[in-house]
Amino acid sequence: MIFPALIFILVFNYFPMYGVLMAFQDYSLFKGFFGSTWAGFKHFEMFFNSPDFYRVIRNTIVISLLKLVINFPAPILLALMLNEVRNMAFKRIIQTISYLPHFLSWVIVSGFTISILSVDNGSLNISLQALGLIDKPINFLSLPEYFWGIIVTTNLWKEIGFATIVYLAAIAGVNPSLYEAASIDGANKFKQIFLITLPSITPVIIIFLILNIGSLLNAGFDDLLLLGRSAMLRDVADVIDTYAYRVGIINNRFSYAAAVGLFKAIISVGLLTMANYMARRAGSSLW
Amino acid sequence: MKLSSSDKVLQVWIYILLVLLGLATLYPFWNSAVISFNEGLDTAKGGITLWPRVFTIDNYRIVFQNNRIIDAFLISVSRTVVGTLISIFLTAIFAYGLSVKGVIGKKYYMIFAIITMYFSGGLIPFYLLNRELGLMDTFWVMVIPTAVSVWNMIIFRTFFMGLPDGLEESAKIDGASTFGIFFKIVLPLSGPVLATLSLFTAVYHWNDWFTATIFINDAKLYPIQTLLQQIMNSNTMSEQLSIASQGSGAASDALSRMQSVTSKSLTMATMMVATIPIVLVYPFVQRFFVKGVMIGSLKE
Repeated sequence: MIFPALIFILVFNYFPMYGVLMAFQDYSLFKGFFGSTWAGFKHFEMFFNSPDFYRVIRNTIVISLLKLVINFPAPILLALMLNEVRNMAFKRIIQTISYLPHFLSWVIVSGFTISILSVDNGSLNISLQALGLIDKPINFLSLPEYFWGIIVTTNLWKEIGFATIVYLAAIAGVNPSLYEAASIDGANKFKQIFLITLPSITPVIIIFLILNIGSLLNAGFDDLLLLGRSAMLRDVADVIDTYAYRVGIINNRFSYAAAVGLFKAIISVGLLTMANYMARRAGSSLW
Repeated sequence: MKLSSSDKVLQVWIYILLVLLGLATLYPFWNSAVISFNEGLDTAKGGITLWPRVFTIDNYRIVFQNNRIIDAFLISVSRTVVGTLISIFLTAIFAYGLSVKGVIGKKYYMIFAIITMYFSGGLIPFYLLNRELGLMDTFWVMVIPTAVSVWNMIIFRTFFMGLPDGLEESAKIDGASTFGIFFKIVLPLSGPVLATLSLFTAVYHWNDWFTATIFINDAKLYPIQTLLQQIMNSNTMSEQLSIASQGSGAASDALSRMQSVTSKSLTMATMMVATIPIVLVYPFVQRFFVKGVMIGSLKE
Protein backbone atom coordinates (compact mmCIF):
# COMPACT_ATOMS: atom_id res chain seq x y z
CA MET A 1 0.00 0.00 0.00
CA ILE A 2 2.87 2.35 0.56
CA PHE A 3 4.63 1.82 -2.78
CA PRO A 4 2.49 3.98 -5.07
CA ALA A 5 3.07 6.96 -2.80
CA LEU A 6 6.78 6.17 -2.44
CA ILE A 7 7.15 6.23 -6.22
CA PHE A 8 5.39 9.61 -6.38
CA ILE A 9 7.70 11.00 -3.73
CA LEU A 10 10.75 9.60 -5.48
CA VAL A 11 9.80 11.08 -8.83
CA PHE A 12 8.33 14.41 -7.86
CA ASN A 13 10.30 15.23 -4.71
CA TYR A 14 13.63 13.46 -4.92
CA PHE A 15 14.29 13.65 -8.61
CA PRO A 16 14.15 17.48 -8.74
CA MET A 17 16.85 17.59 -6.08
CA TYR A 18 19.36 17.40 -8.93
CA GLY A 19 18.64 21.11 -9.03
CA VAL A 20 21.25 21.42 -6.32
CA LEU A 21 23.83 20.36 -8.90
CA MET A 22 22.23 22.35 -11.67
CA ALA A 23 23.23 25.51 -9.83
CA PHE A 24 26.87 24.56 -10.49
CA GLN A 25 26.32 23.97 -14.21
CA ASP A 26 25.67 26.03 -17.28
CA TYR A 27 22.44 24.16 -17.77
CA SER A 28 21.18 24.01 -21.30
CA LEU A 29 17.76 22.69 -22.18
CA PHE A 30 19.08 21.01 -25.31
CA LYS A 31 22.03 19.29 -23.68
CA GLY A 32 20.13 18.26 -20.59
CA PHE A 33 21.52 17.57 -17.16
CA PHE A 34 24.23 15.13 -18.22
CA GLY A 35 25.38 17.05 -21.26
CA SER A 36 25.63 20.51 -19.70
CA THR A 37 29.04 21.87 -18.76
CA TRP A 38 30.11 22.52 -15.18
CA ALA A 39 30.48 26.11 -14.12
CA GLY A 40 31.62 26.00 -10.50
CA PHE A 41 30.43 28.90 -8.38
CA LYS A 42 29.94 31.23 -11.32
CA HIS A 43 26.19 31.65 -10.82
CA PHE A 44 26.53 32.26 -7.11
CA GLU A 45 29.16 34.93 -7.74
CA MET A 46 26.94 36.53 -10.33
CA PHE A 47 24.10 36.65 -7.83
CA PHE A 48 26.23 38.04 -4.99
CA ASN A 49 27.73 40.69 -7.24
CA SER A 50 24.53 41.71 -8.96
CA PRO A 51 22.79 44.91 -7.92
CA ASP A 52 19.68 42.77 -7.29
CA PHE A 53 21.32 40.97 -4.39
CA TYR A 54 21.09 43.72 -1.78
CA ARG A 55 17.57 44.70 -2.83
CA VAL A 56 16.22 41.14 -2.83
CA ILE A 57 17.78 40.20 0.52
CA ARG A 58 16.62 43.42 2.15
CA ASN A 59 13.05 42.98 0.93
CA THR A 60 12.95 39.34 1.99
CA ILE A 61 14.12 40.10 5.50
CA VAL A 62 12.11 43.29 5.98
CA ILE A 63 8.85 41.77 4.72
CA SER A 64 9.15 38.58 6.74
CA LEU A 65 10.16 40.50 9.88
CA LEU A 66 7.20 42.84 9.46
CA LYS A 67 4.91 39.83 9.07
CA LEU A 68 6.48 38.25 12.16
CA VAL A 69 6.28 41.34 14.37
CA ILE A 70 2.72 42.32 13.42
CA ASN A 71 0.98 39.19 12.18
CA PHE A 72 2.38 36.78 14.72
CA PRO A 73 0.99 38.39 17.91
CA ALA A 74 -2.31 39.44 16.31
CA PRO A 75 -4.03 36.00 16.46
CA ILE A 76 -2.96 35.64 20.10
CA LEU A 77 -4.63 38.96 20.88
CA LEU A 78 -7.75 37.86 18.99
CA ALA A 79 -7.85 34.57 20.89
CA LEU A 80 -7.55 36.42 24.21
CA MET A 81 -10.41 38.72 23.23
CA LEU A 82 -12.64 35.91 21.97
CA ASN A 83 -12.05 34.05 25.21
CA GLU A 84 -13.57 36.91 27.20
CA VAL A 85 -16.80 36.84 25.19
CA ARG A 86 -19.61 35.34 27.26
CA ASN A 87 -22.27 35.37 24.56
CA MET A 88 -21.65 32.09 22.71
CA ALA A 89 -23.71 32.97 19.62
CA PHE A 90 -21.75 36.20 19.17
CA LYS A 91 -18.47 34.36 19.65
CA ARG A 92 -19.39 31.76 17.04
CA ILE A 93 -20.46 34.39 14.51
CA ILE A 94 -17.21 36.34 14.88
CA GLN A 95 -15.15 33.16 14.58
CA THR A 96 -17.03 31.98 11.50
CA ILE A 97 -16.48 35.33 9.82
CA SER A 98 -12.81 35.51 10.74
CA TYR A 99 -11.96 32.05 9.35
CA LEU A 100 -13.53 32.71 5.98
CA PRO A 101 -10.73 34.64 4.22
CA HIS A 102 -8.28 31.80 4.83
CA PHE A 103 -10.19 29.76 2.26
CA LEU A 104 -9.91 32.30 -0.53
CA SER A 105 -7.21 32.24 -3.17
CA TRP A 106 -4.63 35.00 -3.32
CA VAL A 107 -6.05 35.91 -6.72
CA ILE A 108 -9.37 36.78 -5.08
CA VAL A 109 -7.72 38.53 -2.12
CA SER A 110 -5.58 40.61 -4.43
CA GLY A 111 -8.71 41.40 -6.43
CA PHE A 112 -10.42 42.69 -3.28
CA THR A 113 -7.33 44.67 -2.34
CA ILE A 114 -6.94 46.25 -5.77
CA SER A 115 -10.62 47.15 -5.84
CA ILE A 116 -10.69 48.76 -2.40
CA LEU A 117 -7.43 50.65 -2.87
CA SER A 118 -8.02 51.67 -6.47
CA VAL A 119 -7.38 55.28 -7.29
CA ASP A 120 -10.57 55.73 -9.23
CA ASN A 121 -13.36 55.11 -6.77
CA GLY A 122 -11.79 52.61 -4.40
CA SER A 123 -13.64 52.50 -1.10
CA LEU A 124 -10.62 53.64 0.91
CA ASN A 125 -10.07 56.73 -1.20
CA ILE A 126 -13.79 57.53 -1.11
CA SER A 127 -13.84 57.23 2.69
CA LEU A 128 -10.68 59.23 3.26
CA GLN A 129 -11.99 62.00 1.00
CA ALA A 130 -15.37 61.98 2.72
CA LEU A 131 -13.63 62.36 6.06
CA GLY A 132 -11.61 65.24 4.66
CA LEU A 133 -8.28 63.56 5.37
CA ILE A 134 -7.02 63.80 1.80
CA ASP A 135 -7.80 66.18 -1.07
CA LYS A 136 -7.28 63.89 -4.01
CA PRO A 137 -7.20 60.10 -4.33
CA ILE A 138 -3.93 58.33 -3.54
CA ASN A 139 -2.70 55.62 -5.88
CA PHE A 140 -1.87 53.23 -3.05
CA LEU A 141 -0.85 50.31 -5.25
CA SER A 142 1.80 52.05 -7.28
CA LEU A 143 3.59 54.00 -4.55
CA PRO A 144 6.47 52.05 -2.98
CA GLU A 145 6.02 53.64 0.45
CA TYR A 146 2.64 51.96 0.98
CA PHE A 147 3.53 48.52 -0.35
CA TRP A 148 4.87 46.81 2.77
CA GLY A 149 1.94 48.09 4.80
CA ILE A 150 -0.50 46.73 2.22
CA ILE A 151 1.18 43.31 2.19
CA VAL A 152 1.14 43.05 5.99
CA THR A 153 -2.49 44.18 6.19
CA THR A 154 -3.80 41.81 3.51
CA ASN A 155 -1.96 38.89 5.11
CA LEU A 156 -3.39 39.86 8.47
CA TRP A 157 -6.90 40.05 7.03
CA LYS A 158 -6.53 36.66 5.35
CA GLU A 159 -4.99 34.61 8.13
CA ILE A 160 -5.75 36.13 11.54
CA GLY A 161 -8.89 34.11 12.21
CA PHE A 162 -7.47 30.78 11.15
CA ALA A 163 -4.27 31.18 13.16
CA THR A 164 -6.43 31.86 16.21
CA ILE A 165 -7.81 28.29 16.32
CA VAL A 166 -4.75 26.79 17.98
CA TYR A 167 -4.46 29.52 20.61
CA LEU A 168 -8.15 29.28 21.49
CA ALA A 169 -7.73 25.54 22.00
CA ALA A 170 -4.71 26.15 24.22
CA ILE A 171 -6.67 28.67 26.28
CA ALA A 172 -9.54 26.20 26.62
CA GLY A 173 -7.09 23.82 28.32
CA VAL A 174 -6.29 26.23 31.16
CA ASN A 175 -7.50 25.01 34.54
CA PRO A 176 -10.60 27.11 35.49
CA SER A 177 -9.83 26.92 39.22
CA LEU A 178 -6.86 29.22 38.61
CA TYR A 179 -9.26 31.99 37.57
CA GLU A 180 -11.51 31.40 40.58
CA ALA A 181 -8.57 31.60 42.96
CA ALA A 182 -7.33 34.77 41.27
CA SER A 183 -10.69 36.48 41.39
CA ILE A 184 -11.06 35.65 45.10
CA ASP A 185 -7.68 37.29 45.57
CA GLY A 186 -9.12 40.36 43.83
CA ALA A 187 -7.50 40.15 40.41
CA ASN A 188 -9.56 41.84 37.72
CA LYS A 189 -9.99 40.40 34.20
CA PHE A 190 -7.07 42.35 32.83
CA LYS A 191 -4.75 40.98 35.50
CA GLN A 192 -6.11 37.46 35.00
CA ILE A 193 -5.29 37.65 31.29
CA PHE A 194 -1.73 38.73 32.01
CA LEU A 195 -1.06 36.55 35.04
CA ILE A 196 -2.91 33.35 34.14
CA THR A 197 -4.01 33.05 30.50
CA LEU A 198 -0.86 34.34 28.83
CA PRO A 199 1.63 32.38 30.96
CA SER A 200 -0.47 29.24 30.49
CA ILE A 201 -0.30 29.38 26.71
CA THR A 202 3.33 30.54 26.54
CA PRO A 203 4.67 27.08 25.53
CA VAL A 204 2.35 27.03 22.50
CA ILE A 205 3.33 30.59 21.62
CA ILE A 206 7.04 29.75 21.83
CA ILE A 207 6.72 26.71 19.59
CA PHE A 208 4.92 28.70 16.92
CA LEU A 209 7.36 31.58 17.24
CA ILE A 210 10.29 29.23 16.71
CA LEU A 211 8.58 27.62 13.72
CA ASN A 212 8.16 31.09 12.26
CA ILE A 213 11.81 31.90 12.76
CA GLY A 214 12.71 28.69 10.92
CA SER A 215 10.89 29.95 7.85
CA LEU A 216 12.14 33.51 8.08
CA LEU A 217 13.22 33.60 4.44
CA ASN A 218 9.71 32.74 3.27
CA ALA A 219 8.53 36.28 2.90
CA GLY A 220 5.61 35.15 0.74
CA PHE A 221 5.10 34.42 -2.92
CA ASP A 222 1.55 34.69 -4.21
CA ASP A 223 0.83 37.93 -2.40
CA LEU A 224 4.03 39.61 -3.58
CA LEU A 225 3.67 38.36 -7.13
CA LEU A 226 0.04 39.43 -7.46
CA LEU A 227 0.11 42.74 -5.62
CA GLY A 228 3.65 43.79 -6.49
CA ARG A 229 3.23 43.40 -10.22
CA SER A 230 3.69 47.06 -11.09
CA ALA A 231 7.20 47.89 -12.32
CA MET A 232 7.26 50.84 -9.94
CA LEU A 233 7.10 48.42 -7.02
CA ARG A 234 9.94 46.16 -8.06
CA ASP A 235 12.38 47.83 -5.65
CA VAL A 236 10.22 46.96 -2.65
CA ALA A 237 8.34 43.86 -3.83
CA ASP A 238 11.07 41.57 -5.14
CA VAL A 239 12.01 38.82 -2.65
CA ILE A 240 14.25 35.77 -3.17
CA ASP A 241 11.40 33.52 -4.28
CA THR A 242 9.75 35.91 -6.72
CA TYR A 243 13.16 36.86 -8.09
CA ALA A 244 14.12 33.22 -8.69
CA TYR A 245 10.78 32.66 -10.41
CA ARG A 246 11.20 35.64 -12.65
CA VAL A 247 14.75 34.98 -13.78
CA GLY A 248 14.19 31.22 -13.96
CA ILE A 249 10.83 30.57 -15.52
CA ILE A 250 10.20 33.83 -17.31
CA ASN A 251 13.76 34.66 -18.47
CA ASN A 252 14.85 31.01 -18.80
CA ARG A 253 18.08 31.51 -16.83
CA PHE A 254 17.71 28.11 -15.19
CA SER A 255 21.13 27.69 -13.57
CA TYR A 256 21.23 31.21 -12.19
CA ALA A 257 17.76 30.81 -10.67
CA ALA A 258 18.73 27.42 -9.25
CA ALA A 259 21.75 29.04 -7.59
CA VAL A 260 19.52 31.73 -6.09
CA GLY A 261 17.14 29.02 -4.85
CA LEU A 262 19.99 26.96 -3.40
CA PHE A 263 21.39 29.97 -1.58
CA LYS A 264 18.02 30.45 0.06
CA ALA A 265 17.66 26.75 0.87
CA ILE A 266 21.04 26.64 2.63
CA ILE A 267 20.25 29.61 4.85
CA SER A 268 16.76 28.21 5.51
CA VAL A 269 18.12 24.84 6.61
CA GLY A 270 20.53 26.68 8.91
CA LEU A 271 17.67 28.72 10.40
CA LEU A 272 15.52 25.62 10.75
CA THR A 273 18.25 23.67 12.54
CA MET A 274 18.77 26.60 14.87
CA ALA A 275 15.04 26.88 15.43
CA ASN A 276 14.75 23.18 16.20
CA TYR A 277 17.62 23.44 18.66
CA MET A 278 15.85 26.32 20.39
CA ALA A 279 12.58 24.40 20.35
CA ARG A 280 14.26 21.43 21.98
CA ARG A 281 15.63 23.69 24.68
CA ALA A 282 12.13 25.08 25.10
CA GLY A 283 10.85 21.58 25.71
CA SER A 284 9.58 20.31 22.39
CA SER A 285 11.32 19.53 19.13
CA LEU A 286 9.96 19.55 15.62
CA TRP A 287 11.47 16.22 14.63
CA MET B 1 -19.30 35.67 38.93
CA LYS B 2 -19.97 39.39 39.28
CA LEU B 3 -18.00 41.69 37.05
CA SER B 4 -16.28 44.72 38.54
CA SER B 5 -16.64 48.05 36.76
CA SER B 6 -13.19 47.83 35.19
CA ASP B 7 -14.07 44.36 33.89
CA LYS B 8 -17.22 45.78 32.33
CA VAL B 9 -15.23 48.48 30.53
CA LEU B 10 -12.88 45.81 29.21
CA GLN B 11 -15.83 43.72 28.04
CA VAL B 12 -17.36 46.63 26.17
CA TRP B 13 -14.07 47.36 24.42
CA ILE B 14 -13.66 43.74 23.43
CA TYR B 15 -17.15 43.60 21.91
CA ILE B 16 -16.56 46.83 20.00
CA LEU B 17 -13.22 45.62 18.63
CA LEU B 18 -14.64 42.25 17.62
CA VAL B 19 -17.58 43.81 15.81
CA LEU B 20 -15.19 46.11 13.95
CA LEU B 21 -13.01 43.15 13.02
CA GLY B 22 -16.04 41.23 11.74
CA LEU B 23 -17.17 44.17 9.61
CA ALA B 24 -13.66 44.72 8.25
CA THR B 25 -13.49 41.06 7.27
CA LEU B 26 -16.86 41.09 5.52
CA TYR B 27 -16.59 44.45 3.79
CA PRO B 28 -14.37 43.39 0.84
CA PHE B 29 -16.85 40.60 -0.04
CA TRP B 30 -19.78 42.95 0.26
CA ASN B 31 -18.18 45.76 -1.71
CA SER B 32 -17.18 43.45 -4.57
CA ALA B 33 -20.64 41.89 -4.67
CA VAL B 34 -22.21 45.35 -4.78
CA ILE B 35 -19.97 46.45 -7.66
CA SER B 36 -20.71 43.24 -9.54
CA PHE B 37 -24.44 44.05 -9.37
CA ASN B 38 -24.03 47.69 -10.36
CA GLU B 39 -24.10 48.94 -13.92
CA GLY B 40 -20.49 49.23 -15.12
CA LEU B 41 -20.65 52.75 -16.56
CA ASP B 42 -22.35 53.97 -13.43
CA THR B 43 -19.70 52.37 -11.22
CA ALA B 44 -17.07 54.31 -13.12
CA LYS B 45 -18.68 57.54 -11.90
CA GLY B 46 -17.60 56.55 -8.43
CA GLY B 47 -19.09 56.37 -4.98
CA ILE B 48 -20.22 52.74 -4.94
CA THR B 49 -19.48 51.47 -1.44
CA LEU B 50 -22.42 49.92 0.41
CA TRP B 51 -25.33 49.57 -2.06
CA PRO B 52 -25.67 49.24 -5.83
CA ARG B 53 -26.88 52.50 -7.32
CA VAL B 54 -28.09 51.18 -10.67
CA PHE B 55 -28.89 47.51 -10.14
CA THR B 56 -28.23 45.17 -13.05
CA ILE B 57 -27.37 41.56 -13.73
CA ASP B 58 -25.74 42.37 -17.09
CA ASN B 59 -22.26 41.74 -15.72
CA TYR B 60 -23.22 38.20 -14.80
CA ARG B 61 -24.93 37.72 -18.16
CA ILE B 62 -21.66 38.46 -19.92
CA VAL B 63 -19.83 36.08 -17.60
CA PHE B 64 -22.29 33.25 -18.10
CA GLN B 65 -22.44 33.75 -21.87
CA ASN B 66 -18.69 33.50 -22.05
CA ASN B 67 -17.62 30.00 -23.00
CA ARG B 68 -14.10 30.53 -21.78
CA ILE B 69 -15.21 31.43 -18.27
CA ILE B 70 -17.68 28.54 -18.15
CA ASP B 71 -14.96 26.14 -19.36
CA ALA B 72 -12.51 27.43 -16.77
CA PHE B 73 -15.13 26.93 -14.09
CA LEU B 74 -15.68 23.34 -15.22
CA ILE B 75 -11.92 22.71 -15.36
CA SER B 76 -11.70 23.94 -11.76
CA VAL B 77 -14.56 21.70 -10.68
CA SER B 78 -13.15 18.58 -12.35
CA ARG B 79 -9.64 19.32 -11.15
CA THR B 80 -10.92 19.75 -7.60
CA VAL B 81 -12.88 16.49 -7.67
CA VAL B 82 -10.26 14.35 -9.46
CA GLY B 83 -7.31 15.92 -7.63
CA THR B 84 -8.86 15.49 -4.21
CA LEU B 85 -9.86 11.87 -4.83
CA ILE B 86 -6.42 10.84 -6.13
CA SER B 87 -4.54 12.72 -3.46
CA ILE B 88 -6.63 11.55 -0.52
CA PHE B 89 -6.59 7.94 -1.73
CA LEU B 90 -2.82 7.78 -2.28
CA THR B 91 -2.02 9.66 0.89
CA ALA B 92 -4.41 7.66 3.06
CA ILE B 93 -3.21 4.21 1.93
CA PHE B 94 0.37 5.43 2.35
CA ALA B 95 -0.39 6.57 5.89
CA TYR B 96 -2.21 3.34 6.68
CA GLY B 97 0.70 1.25 5.38
CA LEU B 98 3.00 3.20 7.65
CA SER B 99 0.72 2.79 10.67
CA VAL B 100 0.32 -1.00 10.48
CA LYS B 101 2.45 -2.88 12.97
CA GLY B 102 5.28 -5.09 11.69
CA VAL B 103 5.94 -3.54 8.26
CA ILE B 104 9.62 -3.98 7.50
CA GLY B 105 11.62 -0.77 7.13
CA LYS B 106 8.66 1.39 8.14
CA LYS B 107 10.90 3.82 9.96
CA TYR B 108 13.04 4.39 6.88
CA TYR B 109 10.06 4.99 4.61
CA MET B 110 8.87 7.54 7.13
CA ILE B 111 12.23 9.33 7.14
CA PHE B 112 12.32 9.12 3.33
CA ALA B 113 9.00 10.96 3.22
CA ILE B 114 9.72 13.50 5.94
CA ILE B 115 12.99 14.65 4.37
CA THR B 116 10.97 16.10 1.49
CA MET B 117 9.26 18.47 3.91
CA TYR B 118 12.58 20.18 4.58
CA PHE B 119 14.54 19.81 1.36
CA SER B 120 13.37 20.38 -2.15
CA GLY B 121 15.06 20.94 -5.44
CA GLY B 122 13.18 24.18 -5.90
CA LEU B 123 10.88 25.45 -8.56
CA ILE B 124 13.24 25.30 -11.55
CA PRO B 125 14.07 21.55 -11.54
CA PHE B 126 10.44 20.78 -10.69
CA TYR B 127 9.43 22.74 -13.76
CA LEU B 128 12.00 21.00 -15.95
CA LEU B 129 10.94 17.59 -14.64
CA ASN B 130 7.29 18.12 -15.51
CA ARG B 131 8.37 19.33 -18.91
CA GLU B 132 10.48 16.21 -19.47
CA LEU B 133 7.61 14.01 -18.39
CA GLY B 134 5.40 15.61 -21.00
CA LEU B 135 3.00 16.98 -18.43
CA MET B 136 3.15 20.51 -19.83
CA ASP B 137 -0.17 21.64 -21.23
CA THR B 138 -2.10 18.72 -19.81
CA PHE B 139 -4.87 18.54 -17.25
CA TRP B 140 -2.78 16.06 -15.24
CA VAL B 141 -0.02 18.50 -14.37
CA MET B 142 -2.49 20.11 -11.97
CA VAL B 143 -3.29 16.80 -10.30
CA ILE B 144 -0.38 14.34 -10.40
CA PRO B 145 2.82 16.08 -9.21
CA THR B 146 1.33 17.24 -5.90
CA ALA B 147 -0.79 14.13 -5.33
CA VAL B 148 1.09 12.80 -2.29
CA SER B 149 1.12 15.20 0.64
CA VAL B 150 3.54 14.19 3.38
CA TRP B 151 1.96 16.64 5.77
CA ASN B 152 -1.48 15.06 5.29
CA MET B 153 0.09 11.61 5.53
CA ILE B 154 1.41 12.41 9.01
CA ILE B 155 -2.00 13.64 10.13
CA PHE B 156 -3.71 10.52 8.73
CA ARG B 157 -1.11 8.27 10.34
CA THR B 158 -1.45 9.92 13.75
CA PHE B 159 -5.19 9.35 13.51
CA PHE B 160 -4.92 5.72 12.33
CA MET B 161 -2.50 4.88 15.11
CA GLY B 162 -5.03 6.17 17.63
CA LEU B 163 -7.62 3.58 16.52
CA PRO B 164 -7.93 0.57 18.85
CA ASP B 165 -5.69 -2.33 17.75
CA GLY B 166 -8.30 -4.93 18.66
CA LEU B 167 -10.53 -3.99 15.71
CA GLU B 168 -7.91 -4.82 13.14
CA GLU B 169 -6.76 -7.94 14.91
CA SER B 170 -10.23 -9.41 15.07
CA ALA B 171 -10.79 -8.63 11.38
CA LYS B 172 -7.50 -10.30 10.56
CA ILE B 173 -8.57 -13.39 12.45
CA ASP B 174 -11.78 -13.37 10.42
CA GLY B 175 -9.63 -13.50 7.30
CA ALA B 176 -9.79 -9.89 6.04
CA SER B 177 -6.92 -8.64 3.84
CA THR B 178 -5.02 -5.45 4.63
CA PHE B 179 -6.97 -3.60 1.95
CA GLY B 180 -10.19 -5.12 3.26
CA ILE B 181 -9.45 -3.90 6.77
CA PHE B 182 -8.57 -0.46 5.45
CA PHE B 183 -11.75 0.00 3.42
CA LYS B 184 -14.23 -1.79 5.67
CA ILE B 185 -12.99 -0.84 9.11
CA VAL B 186 -10.42 1.96 9.16
CA LEU B 187 -11.96 4.36 6.62
CA PRO B 188 -15.49 4.26 8.05
CA LEU B 189 -14.02 5.20 11.43
CA SER B 190 -12.02 8.09 9.97
CA GLY B 191 -14.90 10.44 9.14
CA PRO B 192 -13.63 13.67 10.72
CA VAL B 193 -10.01 13.42 9.58
CA LEU B 194 -11.11 12.32 6.10
CA ALA B 195 -13.50 15.26 5.86
CA THR B 196 -10.94 17.78 7.08
CA LEU B 197 -8.10 16.70 4.83
CA SER B 198 -10.43 16.38 1.84
CA LEU B 199 -11.63 19.91 2.51
CA PHE B 200 -8.10 21.30 2.69
CA THR B 201 -7.04 19.43 -0.44
CA ALA B 202 -10.14 20.55 -2.31
CA VAL B 203 -9.58 24.16 -1.26
CA TYR B 204 -5.98 23.93 -2.46
CA HIS B 205 -7.12 22.68 -5.86
CA TRP B 206 -9.89 25.22 -6.19
CA ASN B 207 -7.58 28.11 -5.25
CA ASP B 208 -4.34 27.18 -6.99
CA TRP B 209 -3.65 29.48 -9.91
CA PHE B 210 0.12 29.26 -10.10
CA THR B 211 0.50 25.69 -11.40
CA ALA B 212 -1.52 26.50 -14.49
CA THR B 213 0.31 29.81 -14.91
CA ILE B 214 3.66 28.10 -15.37
CA PHE B 215 2.74 24.69 -16.83
CA ILE B 216 -0.16 25.51 -19.10
CA ASN B 217 -0.01 27.68 -22.19
CA ASP B 218 -3.22 26.45 -23.74
CA ALA B 219 -5.79 28.85 -22.33
CA LYS B 220 -8.53 26.25 -22.83
CA LEU B 221 -7.12 24.34 -19.86
CA TYR B 222 -6.98 27.29 -17.48
CA PRO B 223 -8.82 26.85 -14.18
CA ILE B 224 -10.99 29.77 -13.11
CA GLN B 225 -8.42 31.33 -10.76
CA THR B 226 -5.75 31.46 -13.46
CA LEU B 227 -8.17 32.89 -16.01
CA LEU B 228 -9.32 35.45 -13.46
CA GLN B 229 -5.74 36.42 -12.73
CA GLN B 230 -5.10 36.99 -16.43
CA ILE B 231 -8.27 39.00 -16.77
CA MET B 232 -7.25 41.16 -13.80
CA ASN B 233 -3.77 41.52 -15.22
CA SER B 234 -5.01 43.18 -18.37
CA ASN B 235 -6.05 46.78 -18.26
CA THR B 236 -8.64 47.17 -20.94
CA MET B 237 -11.94 45.60 -21.68
CA SER B 238 -10.88 44.50 -25.15
CA GLU B 239 -7.75 42.81 -23.80
CA GLN B 240 -9.86 41.07 -21.19
CA LEU B 241 -12.38 39.86 -23.70
CA SER B 242 -9.69 38.58 -26.00
CA ILE B 243 -8.30 36.56 -23.08
CA ALA B 244 -11.72 35.40 -22.07
CA SER B 245 -13.11 34.63 -25.48
CA GLN B 246 -10.34 33.34 -27.72
CA GLY B 247 -11.92 31.50 -30.59
CA SER B 248 -15.49 32.46 -29.82
CA GLY B 249 -17.31 35.53 -30.95
CA ALA B 250 -20.14 35.02 -28.48
CA ALA B 251 -18.71 37.24 -25.75
CA SER B 252 -17.95 40.21 -27.95
CA ASP B 253 -21.39 39.88 -29.54
CA ALA B 254 -22.92 39.89 -26.11
CA LEU B 255 -20.79 42.85 -25.18
CA SER B 256 -21.93 44.91 -28.13
CA ARG B 257 -25.47 44.39 -26.92
CA MET B 258 -24.59 45.53 -23.40
CA GLN B 259 -22.53 48.66 -23.67
CA SER B 260 -22.77 49.39 -19.98
CA VAL B 261 -20.43 46.59 -18.89
CA THR B 262 -16.92 47.76 -18.07
CA SER B 263 -13.65 46.06 -17.34
CA LYS B 264 -14.09 46.54 -13.61
CA SER B 265 -17.65 45.24 -13.47
CA LEU B 266 -16.69 42.19 -15.54
CA THR B 267 -13.74 41.45 -13.24
CA MET B 268 -15.91 41.77 -10.16
CA ALA B 269 -18.57 39.43 -11.51
CA THR B 270 -15.92 36.85 -12.46
CA MET B 271 -14.38 37.19 -9.01
CA MET B 272 -17.73 36.49 -7.39
CA VAL B 273 -18.16 33.38 -9.56
CA ALA B 274 -14.75 32.13 -8.39
CA THR B 275 -15.52 32.90 -4.73
CA ILE B 276 -19.08 31.68 -4.34
CA PRO B 277 -18.42 27.90 -4.34
CA ILE B 278 -16.12 28.27 -1.33
CA VAL B 279 -18.50 30.54 0.53
CA LEU B 280 -21.30 28.02 -0.11
CA VAL B 281 -19.53 24.87 1.16
CA TYR B 282 -17.80 26.64 3.99
CA PRO B 283 -20.62 26.66 6.61
CA PHE B 284 -21.14 22.91 6.16
CA VAL B 285 -17.55 21.94 6.75
CA GLN B 286 -16.60 24.49 9.38
CA ARG B 287 -17.26 22.18 12.30
CA PHE B 288 -14.85 19.62 10.85
CA PHE B 289 -11.83 21.75 10.18
CA VAL B 290 -11.48 23.19 13.67
CA LYS B 291 -11.04 19.63 14.87
CA GLY B 292 -8.78 18.87 11.91
CA VAL B 293 -6.44 21.74 12.60
CA MET B 294 -6.07 20.47 16.14
CA ILE B 295 -5.13 16.98 14.96
CA GLY B 296 -2.65 18.57 12.60
CA SER B 297 -0.92 20.62 15.25
CA LEU B 298 -0.38 17.64 17.55
CA LYS B 299 2.98 15.99 17.35
CA GLU B 300 3.73 12.34 17.81
